[in-house]
Amino acid sequence: MENESNKNWWLKAIQTGLIGGVVAVLVSLIGMVESFHERDIIAGQITMGETLLLLIVVTVSYFSSRGAEDTPLSKRLTGGALTGLVTGGLVAGLVLLGKVVNLRKVLVNASPNLYKILTFENENTTTAVMVLLVAGVAIGLLTALVHVIPLILRRAAISGLTIAALIALLQDLLRITLTPFPKITEAIAWMFGSRGEEGLSVSGAITVFLIVTILNYLSSTRGDSIRIRVRALPTRAQQGLRWTSWLLLLAFLLIWPWIAGSYLSEVTNSVGIFILMGLGLNIVVGYAGLLDLGYVAFYALGAYTMAVLTTTGGEITANFHWTFWQALPFAIFAAVLAGVLLGIPVLKIRGDYLAIITLGFGEIIRIMFLSDFLKPYLGGSFGIVLIASPTIGSFVLNTPQTLYYVILAGCMLALFVAYRLRDSRIGRAWKAIREDEDVAQAMGINLTTTKLLAFATGAAFGGLGGAIFASKLSTVYPHSFVLLVSINVLALIIVGGMGSLPGVIAGALLVFGLPELLREFSEFRLLIYGALLIVMMISKPEGFLPEAVHKRELHVEDNAGETAGA
Amino acid sequence: MRQRFLNRINFTDVTLAIIGAALVSLIIVGSFKTLAEGNYTTRQWLDFVVFGIAQGSIYALIALGYTLVYGILRMINFAHSEVFMSGAFTAYFAADAMAKAGFLRENTFVAILILFAIAMATSVLIGVLVERIAYRPLRRAPRLVPLITAIGASFFLQYTFKGLYGDQFKAYPEIAALKGNYAWGDLNITKIQIVVIVSAALLMLGLYLYVQYTKAGKAMRAVSEDKDVAALMGIDVDAIIVRTFVIGAALAGAAGILYAITFRQVNFFMGFVPGIKAFTAAVLGGIGNIPGAMVGGLFLGLFESVGPILFLDGLDVPAPYQLKDVIAFTLLVLVLLFRPSGILGERLAQKKA
Repeated sequence: MENESNKNWWLKAIQTGLIGGVVAVLVSLIGMVESFHERDIIAGQITMGETLLLLIVVTVSYFSSRGAEDTPLSKRLTGGALTGLVTGGLVAGLVLLGKVVNLRKVLVNASPNLYKILTFENENTTTAVMVLLVAGVAIGLLTALVHVIPLILRRAAISGLTIAALIALLQDLLRITLTPFPKITEAIAWMFGSRGEEGLSVSGAITVFLIVTILNYLSSTRGDSIRIRVRALPTRAQQGLRWTSWLLLLAFLLIWPWIAGSYLSEVTNSVGIFILMGLGLNIVVGYAGLLDLGYVAFYALGAYTMAVLTTTGGEITANFHWTFWQALPFAIFAAVLAGVLLGIPVLKIRGDYLAIITLGFGEIIRIMFLSDFLKPYLGGSFGIVLIASPTIGSFVLNTPQTLYYVILAGCMLALFVAYRLRDSRIGRAWKAIREDEDVAQAMGINLTTTKLLAFATGAAFGGLGGAIFASKLSTVYPHSFVLLVSINVLALIIVGGMGSLPGVIAGALLVFGLPELLREFSEFRLLIYGALLIVMMISKPEGFLPEAVHKRELHVEDNAGETAGA
Repeated sequence: MRQRFLNRINFTDVTLAIIGAALVSLIIVGSFKTLAEGNYTTRQWLDFVVFGIAQGSIYALIALGYTLVYGILRMINFAHSEVFMSGAFTAYFAADAMAKAGFLRENTFVAILILFAIAMATSVLIGVLVERIAYRPLRRAPRLVPLITAIGASFFLQYTFKGLYGDQFKAYPEIAALKGNYAWGDLNITKIQIVVIVSAALLMLGLYLYVQYTKAGKAMRAVSEDKDVAALMGIDVDAIIVRTFVIGAALAGAAGILYAITFRQVNFFMGFVPGIKAFTAAVLGGIGNIPGAMVGGLFLGLFESVGPILFLDGLDVPAPYQLKDVIAFTLLVLVLLFRPSGILGERLAQKKA
């Protein structure tokens, strides 16, 4: 194996380069490069679109120049350069092709603007192609050189670059957040592009990069000693430290909407509802291993129950006029009931069949809500309007900043329930079912009640999320409850790590929060989700923040798989 | 004896029986009332049936792709609906160009063959790529993993094609030679329906002969029976799996063209609903079973076109056609509950799944 890969290393380099080239051409043709080009990372210097292309070349040349520890530098350099050349060559090929044929008749995004970006605004085709090739080789060589840098420093530098890019992307939000503090705003104004421009300024980018890199370097070289010192503290003090950090976190969460302002609170609220649903689906999929693609049904039922019970107007016949708090238990109950009702028929069905049936169930619910058949009760495609907002006393919680507390309370409750359930008797039963249903049954676990409880608990969280969602928007339409919602939630728990609670939160922030903040991303959200699901499943099936046990299991399986394969 | 019988029934079975009985009686009452009211003529019923068969043969062609892959890999190729979409969507540009050049009118037969070739080639390319990139690395992974990858692949493809070709509906050109219809008494068939039914039948016959009577077909059956033993017998399992994906994708591409000339509209999301329906058809006929997919497809097509009117019109449900997907999915649930093996299949859902 090792010999073979050594002999054909240049073929491998070309192959990697081809993959990179195809990816680069594809992201250009689907419009990502052009759309990302609108936003600057470093004001006036480099845009997000260019960064994307750069990132592709760097990634492929990094892989092709990696090799074993003792690979000679010359080989790494040639490998990286070759890969960069091939990738650049394919992009140049696209540019040439675009000059000869009008691709735009078929491929809507092959616009003149795209060619301008790809050729760095060179009018002359020959120069443009030469520039692309040279740039490919240069980036490949530079990337190969990265391997010379020691690992710790490399990691620190990568995190520095990532954080700098992230700050550059989110800088307008950062600045809005800081407006109440004019002194700080003024003090750091030099870091950002001048007025009207996006991204960091050159000096700002370098500063952020250096600070983060040095901090990261220090924490990875000195971090261990600090951790050891903390561990050496008496238990009491350790506990105190932990409690203090929790209290600080709680205090931060409580004042967050007032720091963040109305827009960011709104985004936080959406993320919060997705965290709620993620926690629910996490119980069904992550704990019990029942792949449910119709999770949106419970969300929809919660929302519609809330809507029907509290609406004060519109075309529908319902006439309850309840308050939010009166309706909430019923919304959750409706979802739980649906969870059990769906659960009973599908108890015997396993794996992929379950996925399809639940998907069908979700669609049935949506089509019913949309149909003329139920229109007198549920409003058909016009939905239900004027849904009550939560109130405390005479105080109506209807702004993003006040609704935040309702959602925060919901998330806290759900988090607490999920956390307590995880290692409880029922939680262990769920995990046993996830690993092997037959063995679990043989061990005396009642499959019927255990599975139904998973469905019911998951549905309860979904219903709660739906109810809050309905009163947050104060309207519900069937179109809010499409399959994509289920897929969003599934994507977030998989990215975070199935079965892991911090994973749900991280996943929701990453998968839902980030695209919400970056309008360029939201256009390609599902494309990125799709790619993310594939990549995660192939390279990191346990997710970014995995549950400890699950991670161990997956890696045992890996080892077993390797032995079986050999 | 009685005691043993009582011991064997449990809560879930009873609930299932009640649900099933309720649905069946609803269907019977509904159909009876519809027929008794007699709002529809024989001619209309026959129209529904013909439409159902044409629709069903498209479902059957797509269902074959699910069934073939499931038979060999025991996984639902969720991205198959996008394989179907990619062919029809790509061939649109050829159809449009040929219509503008007048070629479609002068040489309709050749033009349609070219469309088939383009759609099938695109679908095969996409199908093979999906297998290579998304499924092959996960051959030995736990079952949930390839399924999630498949969902990812499905969304990735949908939005890639949206990015490439745009998000509007594209209207396929009208084919002059296929306008009009034939009528025998009350039976009324449009030319397009004839083309759809005949080409689907030919393709399915070809597939059946291939799988049953060629050496490669024998190898496919062997791999689907037992991968490891087949490998020991000198069969290149990976090559057979790729071949299965190629055949399934080619059929889906052909189905894409038939769908496009029937409904004359394509866009990036067109694969979703037919994909789910075709999967339902595959389960209905017994997944992993080739004749089963054909029977299931036809059955589902008929059920869907006749069902809403027959079952729901008598119950005074307004606009019953809006609920045709509900009927299809309910049928899927019922089949999985009461006969998971499907009409022709072996018992899979509980045993091997």
